[in-house]
Amino acid sequence: MSSLKRIGFALLAPVIAVLIAVLATSIVIAASGSDSSATDFWSVILSKPDNRLLVNIVNQTTMIYLAAVAAAIGFRMGLFNIGVEGQYMLASYTAATFAGAALLPGAVNILAALVIAMAVGAIWAGIAGILRTTRGVSEVISTIMLNSIAAILVGYLLDQHGEHGGNQVRTKELPESSQLSGWLPFEKPDGPIWTLGLLAVVVGIGFWVLLNKTRFGFDLRATGASQTAAVASGIKVNRMVLVSMLLSGAVAGLIWMPAYFGSAHSYGTTFQAGLGFTGIAVALLGRNQPVGMVFGAVLFAFLSTQSNTLTFQTDISPSIVQITQGVAVLAVVIAYELVRRYRIRLEQRSVAKARTAPAQEVAA
Amino acid sequence: MPAAAADTTKADAVQAPEVRLTGIGKSFPGVIANHDVDVTIRPATVHALIGENGAGKSTLMKILYGVQKPDEGSIVVDGTERSFKSPTDAIAVGIGMVFQHFMLADNLTALENAVLGAERLHGIGDKARAEFDAISSRYGFGLRPDVLVETLGVADRQRLEILKVLYRGAQLIILDEPTAVLVPQEVDALFANLRDLRAHGHSVLFISHKLDEVLAIADDITVMRRGTTVGEADPQTATKRQLAELMVGSELPSPETSESTVTDVVQLALQGLTLTDESGRNLLTDISVDIHRGEILGIAGVEGNGQAELVETVMGMRRPTSGRILLGEEDVTSWDTRRLREAGVGYIPEDRHRHGLLLDAPLWENRILGHQTRPPSVKGPWINRSGARKDTRRIVEEYDVRTPGIDTVARALSGGNQQKLIIGREMSGDPVLLIASHPTRGVDVGAQAAIWSHIKQARRDGLAVLLISADLDELIGLSDRIEVILRGRMVGTFDPAAVTPQDLGAAMTGGDDA
Repeated sequence: MSSLKRIGFALLAPVIAVLIAVLATSIVIAASGSDSSATDFWSVILSKPDNRLLVNIVNQTTMIYLAAVAAAIGFRMGLFNIGVEGQYMLASYTAATFAGAALLPGAVNILAALVIAMAVGAIWAGIAGILRTTRGVSEVISTIMLNSIAAILVGYLLDQHGEHGGNQVRTKELPESSQLSGWLPFEKPDGPIWTLGLLAVVVGIGFWVLLNKTRFGFDLRATGASQTAAVASGIKVNRMVLVSMLLSGAVAGLIWMPAYFGSAHSYGTTFQAGLGFTGIAVALLGRNQPVGMVFGAVLFAFLSTQSNTLTFQTDISPSIVQITQGVAVLAVVIAYELVRRYRIRLEQRSVAKARTAPAQEVAA
Repeated sequence: MPAAAADTTKADAVQAPEVRLTGIGKSFPGVIANHDVDVTIRPATVHALIGENGAGKSTLMKILYGVQKPDEGSIVVDGTERSFKSPTDAIAVGIGMVFQHFMLADNLTALENAVLGAERLHGIGDKARAEFDAISSRYGFGLRPDVLVETLGVADRQRLEILKVLYRGAQLIILDEPTAVLVPQEVDALFANLRDLRAHGHSVLFISHKLDEVLAIADDITVMRRGTTVGEADPQTATKRQLAELMVGSELPSPETSESTVTDVVQLALQGLTLTDESGRNLLTDISVDIHRGEILGIAGVEGNGQAELVETVMGMRRPTSGRILLGEEDVTSWDTRRLREAGVGYIPEDRHRHGLLLDAPLWENRILGHQTRPPSVKGPWINRSGARKDTRRIVEEYDVRTPGIDTVARALSGGNQQKLIIGREMSGDPVLLIASHPTRGVDVGAQAAIWSHIKQARRDGLAVLLISADLDELIGLSDRIEVILRGRMVGTFDPAAVTPQDLGAAMTGGDDA
């Protein structure tokens, strides 16, 4: 199969899925009986975002992408880490508490906080990994439960040790020497693209190299493709489960760091929850592929950001884009399976041709 | 007797249908699972279907139960041709099936399990309970409706599965290897239940490869081999030996023996190997054999007598309970699979789809599988893509793997070509020992001959080979020595030059010639 054809197949499923999502959203808007039509909706969503929103889209993309990679590391070996949400929540709180305490100067403080975030995320995911390898507990169940525990734990710790102001509570403000605002592409009020957004680039490239170029990545993919074949080939599956949970959690720990060092500077009401679940959806949409997930992250960030303007120009609720996102994920899973089956049929036909060809030569 | 039962108006008498399968054929990509299958199940009989694993029994059952649609052939039930779209259609004409792996909900009661999905038949209240109790007492199942399934033992669960099928009105019950999970006393109890069922007019289709059991319970026997029915036998007159011969066949193209290349250097030594399962039963008992360089040791045995466990133990996938494994001079008893592979142990697994291949990965990635730590596939921690691709092209060339290219996914290849790829891979990197489990199972005759010649060539080059096969001709033709395994023990050594399939068949089934 030529590489052009392969790229065509890879794009086929997501394109079909997005078209179905657009169709489904339009039907819902038409059926909801609002004064604005589906055309109004799409003209708002597809209008050119203003500068402030552009910056916002880029920043959201980086965080969503990090979350998607965290989920994908597990998915690639058939491990469903649903706990990205809890892992980055606990990691964000711990890192913010540490960095806010300013025990270390400037840049060293940032680095140490990042390491702590990764370690906490890894430990929280590792609990599920250990439960799975030693007790056979499904990681789906344990990570969902760990999400709740993380939320309660963070709430408690924040209440006990945070700074109370009015009816808000937050961690100690990050000292100015450790703040990393970023690059201003437009005017100052439009805001900066956060420096630590680069983490998404580094993690993305790292993930691609790990998967495609290393022995570890091969073992990871082999375990995901067939656990029985993996065992027969000498892979220690339990060890792989634990290591990939730790890796997944470590990446999850980084998700909110661009926002924290870029503009939030404390953990409190500024914390953006829900990215962990968005990441799972984007990982599915991008087929757990490093490049595919970039498009998925951009799409989700774009839709969420643009939907905020809906309230000004139409009477359609911004939540409607969640239908678009949800349908896109659902449709992409189905579309991938259909494309996969079609592809196998094509390949089998070409194999059959290769097998009969020599026989014909002999006959001639 | 069936006619008499039909005459009575009592609710507990049934008239099982006559089921006639004619010319059934079914193929999957690259595999012909069934062809020209003819079976007739007479009413109120126990009909045994026997054959080695991979002979096509399971596919045939799934066709009869409506799980899969046949490509050709007909299913005639009491004179009417039927086409089953789903098990619902099969149940509607009175055909039910109990799978080998039970499908029960542990946290529900026995009654709830029986009713689940069949609520429309007798409701969920007192009528359902009455029906449950009626079936249970009619056939002597002794099941209490309110007991939680998780507290039931294996034999009771199996009875509950049968009760579930009867509850849905089945007259013909398909049992897929029902005795595989039972201890001997439980088998006797099951057989008593089956005789009761037969006495009430039910038919049972009993799938097994345990010949003693088949002779003990069956009224009719049909034998399958390589996807088709190869014969019928009368349990009154047939002997185990005859059945074993029918099952493994003896007229296939025969691999020729050539002059011995056996050296006196021991490559693999098993010393007193014993393997015990969780419940303390011995799967392998005190196995001691040596394989020399340049020698093929064949293991003969009816399937399920410890062959798979032996392979997994030697391959480091199971730890022996006692005994030692020596590879050359080295004690490798505690080594894991990867370390053994690195030391030059090649492995052709019994089930290539589950253990030998990544079906959706391209051929060149499958070349790396099992060789993740050795050149040419890797350089240190990195995958050597070009090295792996180059070596895959070599294998495709040397082993005549018919494929359009090395980027084709393994799934698209036929069984024989998949197996040739695996053999090429396992012969790479100068192996010292090859574990070959059913190397030609499910491959066409052409590929079979090629695989045999590759194994013989490797033996000439000094490879030690442990060959497990259900095909006696393959064993006799390839091996330098044959050991027979029965219930996890080595029970006899044979010289392939002098032995006949009849001798082996007798040893495989327990010595007495019956």
